[in-house]
Amino acid sequence: MNAHTSTLNPAGSPRVWQRYSMGQRLLRFALYLLVVAAIVQAIRGVEVIPEFLYDAPEQMADLFRRMWPIDWAYYPGGVHNALIETLHIATLGTILSVFMAVPVGLLAANNLTPSKTINMLARLILVSSRSVNSLVWALLFIAIFGPGALAGTLAIAFRSIGFVGKLVGEAIEEAQRGPIEAVTATGASKASVLWYAYWPQIRPAFWSIVLLRWDINVRESAVLGLVGAGGIGMALDTALNLFQWDRVALVLAAIFVVVVLAEIIITQARKRIL
Amino acid sequence: MTQPRGNRPFAMSGRAKAGLVLLVVYTIYAAAQLDFSWARFETGMGHASTFLARMFPPNFEKPATLWKGIAESLEIAALASVLGILLALPIGLLGARNMMPAWVSWPARSLVALCRALHPVIVAILFVKAVGFGALAGILALTVASIGFIGKLFTEAIEEISLKQVEAVRATGASFANVIIFGVLPQVFARFIGFATYQFDSNLRNSTMVGIVGAGGVGGTLFSAFQRFDYDFVSAILLTLIAIIMLGEIIASFVRAVFLDNLGFDRILQGRFAGARGISAGKPKVARKAEVDE
Repeated sequence: MNAHTSTLNPAGSPRVWQRYSMGQRLLRFALYLLVVAAIVQAIRGVEVIPEFLYDAPEQMADLFRRMWPIDWAYYPGGVHNALIETLHIATLGTILSVFMAVPVGLLAANNLTPSKTINMLARLILVSSRSVNSLVWALLFIAIFGPGALAGTLAIAFRSIGFVGKLVGEAIEEAQRGPIEAVTATGASKASVLWYAYWPQIRPAFWSIVLLRWDINVRESAVLGLVGAGGIGMALDTALNLFQWDRVALVLAAIFVVVVLAEIIITQARKRIL
Repeated sequence: MTQPRGNRPFAMSGRAKAGLVLLVVYTIYAAAQLDFSWARFETGMGHASTFLARMFPPNFEKPATLWKGIAESLEIAALASVLGILLALPIGLLGARNMMPAWVSWPARSLVALCRALHPVIVAILFVKAVGFGALAGILALTVASIGFIGKLFTEAIEEISLKQVEAVRATGASFANVIIFGVLPQVFARFIGFATYQFDSNLRNSTMVGIVGAGGVGGTLFSAFQRFDYDFVSAILLTLIAIIMLGEIIASFVRAVFLDNLGFDRILQGRFAGARGISAGKPKVARKAEVDE
């Protein structure tokens, strides 16, 4: 915020310091107005049934009462394998997505691929990948490969392309010119420039991107089963459909523990690798 | 890290090689566990071509149904963002360890962590059971997700501020509220705009998904189109979603330009005039890297 503009006030001498110019204030005000208009429009448009809202606390309390006590005995038979499957889906999906995302990221980086058209195309791929949710990707792959973990893994992989590719592309664009010019000056091939000049510069960013995405994917893969794409979501779906709330609570607790563990693992891994 | 050895300074270290082997072994093991096979892949490819053939051309013949779902998604995203941000600000402030005593910050941090732990769709399921089908469940679920995300980042932003300004305001005898408003908030405002626009983007994406579990928005329309094998309508919905989300990203980067780079009407007009006269005046910097993704 350093756009201090000074104007003489009509009376003459003493200066009046203004933080923003008139145009800036107008544009800010217009945006505030737009936000308020959007909220008003949304409140008017959205259909909320008031009766449902009034007895929500009661319903919530009832829900938690049914969830307690948690059915721990169900874990070895019904949850453990699904949980492991979820972890496999998340990890394999992440590995697969790296192989697909890195080439797109290379094409999206303007300093590596100097063609604007190719950059735009690569960006379009990345945006499309991110705009379609992992559950929708899962529905698409279920239509192709049938229900199961394969569809889930591919859904995770395709959803992650956008994230990994975008961040890898940005990391490449931030690479310093010096080493790249030095390696290019030796007459090295494009592949050598990539490996010896770019890779050492983006390596820390790359690993932190992959770890972060794995962490996100552990969360995402837990819900894929709701549409039939394997993992712990299937156990959740079954328990929900049968109104076995004590088992739902068990599944939720299991997901919670795994998510916390994943976060601990990536914090540790980040300390070691970076 | 890698020790340079002999005349091959870029050679892989033993540890990196071991890691690579381990990764390959794991991939093969996990793929076998999940029952992946080439045959399955090949039959899938056959399905894929018929599937894609049925998706194109996209069927835009039901604009009313499509728009109803999209409008509800937009409404869910807008309300959830506003509610989430309003709730996340005080909670995030309470969680900052440099402003609050431990007995306040610890519960606030746990609450935020809890909001982040479960996927929005799972939270949406719980809210659907609690408040019934419809947009309300979606709004509440995304509000929880927004509290988790903004609360965490806002806490971290406040913990990184300079305490000198806070002390200066405090030294004037200002009340606690004034310390927050004049000492703390100006320091985190820029980052807050980044989080808020990012969260709106993310809510927009998620609001298209919570419909799959019955929490309102275009997700429900999409899911039922899938179940009716109405694949050309599915592709129409998906294309619309991609367009809307791209538009959302453009708007978000515009908002960031206005609040972070001080873009104003005058500068836009200046750019116009300069452009008309063939002067390449410094274009307003609109694009700004998203601070965090997802």
